[in-house]
Amino acid sequence: MEVLVCVKRVPAPGAKVPLTDDATEIDTRYLGHTIGPHEECAVEEAVRIVKAHGGSTTVLAVGPGAADEQLRYAIAMGADRGVLVDVGAAELDPQATAAAITHAIGDTRYDLVLFGTESADASHYQVGIRVARALGLPIVGGIKGIEFDSDGDGTADSAADSADSDASSDHTVRLRREVADGVEVYRVPLPAAAAVKEGLNLPRYPSMPGRLKAKKARIDVVPYTPEPGGLRKVRLRQPNDDREEAIVLGHGAAAAPAVVDTLEQIGVIS
Amino acid sequence: MILAVLDDSPAALDMLAFTQSLGRQVEVATFAAFDTGDPDDLAKRGVRTLHRITHDELADRAPAASGDALAQLIGHLRPDGVLAVSSDGITEAMAHVAAVTGLPLATNCVEVSTGDPWLLTRVRGGGMLLEESELHVGAADSAASMALLTIAQGVTGDIGAGPVESCEVREFVPDLSETTQARVVERASRGSGMTLATAPVIVSGGRGVGSAEGYRVLEELAERLGGVVGCSRVATNNGWRPHSDQVGLTGTKVTPDLYLACGISGATQHWVGCMDSKVIMAINTDPEAPLVRRATYAVIGDVHEVLPAIIEELNARSKT
Repeated sequence: MEVLVCVKRVPAPGAKVPLTDDATEIDTRYLGHTIGPHEECAVEEAVRIVKAHGGSTTVLAVGPGAADEQLRYAIAMGADRGVLVDVGAAELDPQATAAAITHAIGDTRYDLVLFGTESADASHYQVGIRVARALGLPIVGGIKGIEFDSDGDGTADSAADSADSDASSDHTVRLRREVADGVEVYRVPLPAAAAVKEGLNLPRYPSMPGRLKAKKARIDVVPYTPEPGGLRKVRLRQPNDDREEAIVLGHGAAAAPAVVDTLEQIGVIS
Repeated sequence: MILAVLDDSPAALDMLAFTQSLGRQVEVATFAAFDTGDPDDLAKRGVRTLHRITHDELADRAPAASGDALAQLIGHLRPDGVLAVSSDGITEAMAHVAAVTGLPLATNCVEVSTGDPWLLTRVRGGGMLLEESELHVGAADSAASMALLTIAQGVTGDIGAGPVESCEVREFVPDLSETTQARVVERASRGSGMTLATAPVIVSGGRGVGSAEGYRVLEELAERLGGVVGCSRVATNNGWRPHSDQVGLTGTKVTPDLYLACGISGATQHWVGCMDSKVIMAINTDPEAPLVRRATYAVIGDVHEVLPAIIEELNARSKT
């Protein structure tokens, strides 16, 4: 099973989200960076799939050279290799990001390509779908469960599958997601893509041997000059937050009567 | 003409009013699976034409099929813009439309003005930041010139359009022969129990709760107040609570009457998930914690002391 996971280097803001003077980017001078939470789950899932089925995991990031840090983190989690599509520091629009990923994949064949459903910072909700459609892969978004029909431990499942016998049942994947009124499971032929959501699994913290391996791992750098798409960011701004300071009801256990008074006032209890 | 793509959520009618406030002629598109009610109601809202996308297999095919169906309708109608509700399903369909047409797509917009380019404001990071953008849709005479947008939930227009005599329903049957065969093989309905999304009260715990066992008192209080327990990402990552309890950017966005945040410092990732609650009450040992400052009410103290005291006070009052 060859698995590709696309990850994005995003700022890890605390309580405030500072902007640069020209308000076009988040000011990251004093912020760390991270892999978006949905994509961190995608890396974890890929590592588990490869452990169970063999093969290897490739992680790919489109971004500045510094995205090397996120690729090495994914390798420390258990991915095998990294590909950095170096497009410089400016944020790309989603069409350009998708084109960069599609270019980097080229003719390489992966059985499964994983994305996050939306990036943690820009939230465009479309890059994975654009790449999958460009590559002719089926894709389902919002995925919180991935199972292979050929999984040895799924005997009950396998019996059910042979009933609605499908010649390709050994080469399909079941993708589960939550929808407004419940859960739906798609059966998708491989090769396939999925856009996943946090909650798919609980990502591991990289081990010390993992971190050492990641330090030395090879990262292939693909230079790429993006063509801008039609959505052009002009500037960012903070949402209005004209809230007043909190009313302090008290300290410690002694605050309980004031809390219950307030619960009555706002109608939560009668 | 602008095409408004609606589902059967209450937010859809707000979205329709928003679309009409742009001052262009508006037609409505929806999928037959959605019960968008009586076309006469749409006529009262000034809609003359409803396009219903109908296909036996649409409900069970992978999302690409909905996207392809919508792309075919749009190709047939050639509107100047397509504004869609931002439910997960419709957003996903719109992303497929964007992918197959090669057009740009602006998601989660809160302000829109038509023109060349279209100007818009969109929400990033679940409300962390607002982004002002231009949407360049290509030369006006190009076949592929069209603005694709999804509109954030809760956005509405000041005035909708005046009523019209009747709304004509036009069925549109897409050709799905070229679409992926991937389909739904299993469905399960959620139980009727209260969820984070519907509960009037959420008692939510973070790092300050300290352990899985520490949530017992939160559960007790949630039950007393007729609500449910939520948690922060720290609690999920520590394995104290399941991810389905997580409130925040990558969990559930909640809007209860009361959000009681216990031992949650309030990183932006969490804040954007609870900021639209009617009342936020924060209990925290740190008076400078961001959530304590942004809450409506705050109690400075350890959740392990404050919560049992609140339950005791509730018990004492219910006896009198």
